[in-house]
Amino acid sequence: MTRILVGLDGSAPGERALAHGKMLASLIGDCELILVYVIEWSPYEFHTPQELDERHKRREEELAQAHAHILEPARKATEAEGFKVETVVRHGDPVSILEELAVARGAAQIVIGRTGHRGMRERLFGGVSGKLIATASVPVTIIPETGADQ
Amino acid sequence: MTELQRMSRIPAVLLAVLGLVLMLAASPLAAQEATDPVASEQEGAAPDAVMEETQQGAVVEEPAVETAPAALTIDQKVDQVFASSTGWFVSLIFAPLPGTSFPWIVLWLVVGATVFTLYFRFIQFRAFGHAISLVRGDYSDPNDAGEVSHFQALATALSGTVGLGNIAGVAVAVGIGGPGATFWMILAGLMGMASKFTECTLGVKYRNEYEDGTVSGGPMYYMVKGFRERGLAGGGIMAIVFSIFCILGSFGGGNMFQANQAHAQLSGILGDYPGWITGVIFAAIVFAVIVGGIKSIARVTEKVVPFMGILYVGTALLIIAINYHQIGWAFSQIFAGAFTGLGVAGGLVGALIQGFKRAAFSNEAGVGSAAIAHSAVRTKEPVTEGVVSLLEPFIDTVVICTMTALVITISGVQQIDPETGLFILNDAGMIATTGDVQGVQLTSAAFATGLSWFPYVLAIAVILFAFSTMISWSYYGLKAWTYLFGEGKTTELVFKLLFCFFVIVGAAAQLGAVIDFSDAMIFAMAVVNIIALYCLLPIVRREVNSYFDRLRSGEIRKFGAHAAAE
Repeated sequence: MTRILVGLDGSAPGERALAHGKMLASLIGDCELILVYVIEWSPYEFHTPQELDERHKRREEELAQAHAHILEPARKATEAEGFKVETVVRHGDPVSILEELAVARGAAQIVIGRTGHRGMRERLFGGVSGKLIATASVPVTIIPETGADQ
Repeated sequence: MTELQRMSRIPAVLLAVLGLVLMLAASPLAAQEATDPVASEQEGAAPDAVMEETQQGAVVEEPAVETAPAALTIDQKVDQVFASSTGWFVSLIFAPLPGTSFPWIVLWLVVGATVFTLYFRFIQFRAFGHAISLVRGDYSDPNDAGEVSHFQALATALSGTVGLGNIAGVAVAVGIGGPGATFWMILAGLMGMASKFTECTLGVKYRNEYEDGTVSGGPMYYMVKGFRERGLAGGGIMAIVFSIFCILGSFGGGNMFQANQAHAQLSGILGDYPGWITGVIFAAIVFAVIVGGIKSIARVTEKVVPFMGILYVGTALLIIAINYHQIGWAFSQIFAGAFTGLGVAGGLVGALIQGFKRAAFSNEAGVGSAAIAHSAVRTKEPVTEGVVSLLEPFIDTVVICTMTALVITISGVQQIDPETGLFILNDAGMIATTGDVQGVQLTSAAFATGLSWFPYVLAIAVILFAFSTMISWSYYGLKAWTYLFGEGKTTELVFKLLFCFFVIVGAAAQLGAVIDFSDAMIFAMAVVNIIALYCLLPIVRREVNSYFDRLRSGEIRKFGAHAAAE
């Protein structure tokens, strides 16, 4: 069975990636879509002591919200269309999480959407899509903005 | 904890508070002669000493005493009343050992550190590499991503201890004890790592984890639960006494003193202006962070503080590099000074006292504050956090304090008699310096020999360090407060508002006696805490043996990068 990793972000670019993933899956036939949502987090961020002692609670809330608002609605809608779906939510750096998951699950490719607005930081250091293309060990498909989104 | 247990605790709390107040009120006479512990300690060497060293090591000039009673301001009255009722407690805590000028509390901390070092067979050296590996996340379960990491717990605890003591305090130590003090400071810092290890392991082991996912930990919890486990009595009382000391210490050394020194720095840059302005601004920012939960401010500070720390060490290395031909000489001064004193007041003993004192005051090892700070980490193994925490005195004392001392030594601002090779002492018994500066100004002058603009950066660093120390201590105090009065929005708010109020008081007033008292409170925490540590040593040893056995046998392993996605 072929597996395709689709990065969701709770907005239009993620929707486009999912649409493209479904298109590929229906062409392939025996294909599972792994929907991934990454909560940006770094073990090297600094926090106040107060934040640290609430961290576990906040993490649980973040996970519950990601499931409730992003992954579950997407899973329901996609399954309703007859696709096989798995969902994953993780804390960390989106690029390395997507890469690690793709390797671990033996995914054939990663599909993500490109965000329209590019801030100074992204221009300087490259966004998720740029870094993923440079480092991923499986093919990556980047879905650009279409006229319909704008 | 059940409601019943809490109810039964309230009378004990009231009794303890009442007892403390009575003790303080009872002996106003004893206080008259010795309100200033450090000045009395320096008396042997320096009868004219006009400098007064506080716990964090800043040099506070004694305000000129106006003789006419009518001229007393409200501040001074408050200070007088406070001095006469609490001075005895301060002098008790900082009392020198009979026949010496060595404060017993410093010996208490150093002996504790030595006992823990021997008991755990030099854990600070054996586990040093493992500590770095833990901080890098090699042993962190990727499925726990999003939880508090070892690195975060360490960084947050460090931002509470790195501060004025590392910059100004070291200058005072080297100013009195000469470069030789550096040697003893490093030695005490290395020993202190074992104290931190012991208290932080216990802090994590006996923390409370609540249903909503929050945690509370610290000495009060291991005193109660650990003592119960060992079948020892008195844990409950110790926990209450510790909490009272901790709350008062958080208002003083962790707050008023910081606000006071931040104002001193600001008025040094901007020119003199009323302290309450600084106080209100600081209090507003602290309020926004601890009451308002405005994370952006905290996040900015927590990012800038480590940056400042790195900048500080980097600049120090740069200045040392510029004076590379002096490095050998500086180390020979440190070693010669450590064993001969090179003419400083008190000789070898003088250097040793200053070095030990600085290390103990700077890294807070044995005080118990770190056990509160480290409790939030997500780990199944309490020993891992203990191992990580032993890096704290290393970074604080062995690295940062030593940098300050090296720069001062190497800059040559301390005057040496070219004929004898000994230091020239001034009238106050401190080593004479170019421009006659001491304390934070000495550090500033030493850095300015390499980079003339650095004093401005230093001033900003001191202010930021003061702020992050306040945020950390607000948390330590809060944990002690909720231990006594129960967790809940209202009781927590009362503490936080009090804390903000004391920020203003600290910045606005010249309350020397109040600050002395709260310094004494921080060290009083160490008295209770180290007794508890001694009692609980066998429990820590059991944990240590079990953990390192499993580490050796391979039961505890590093997580590979690709295991992350499984």
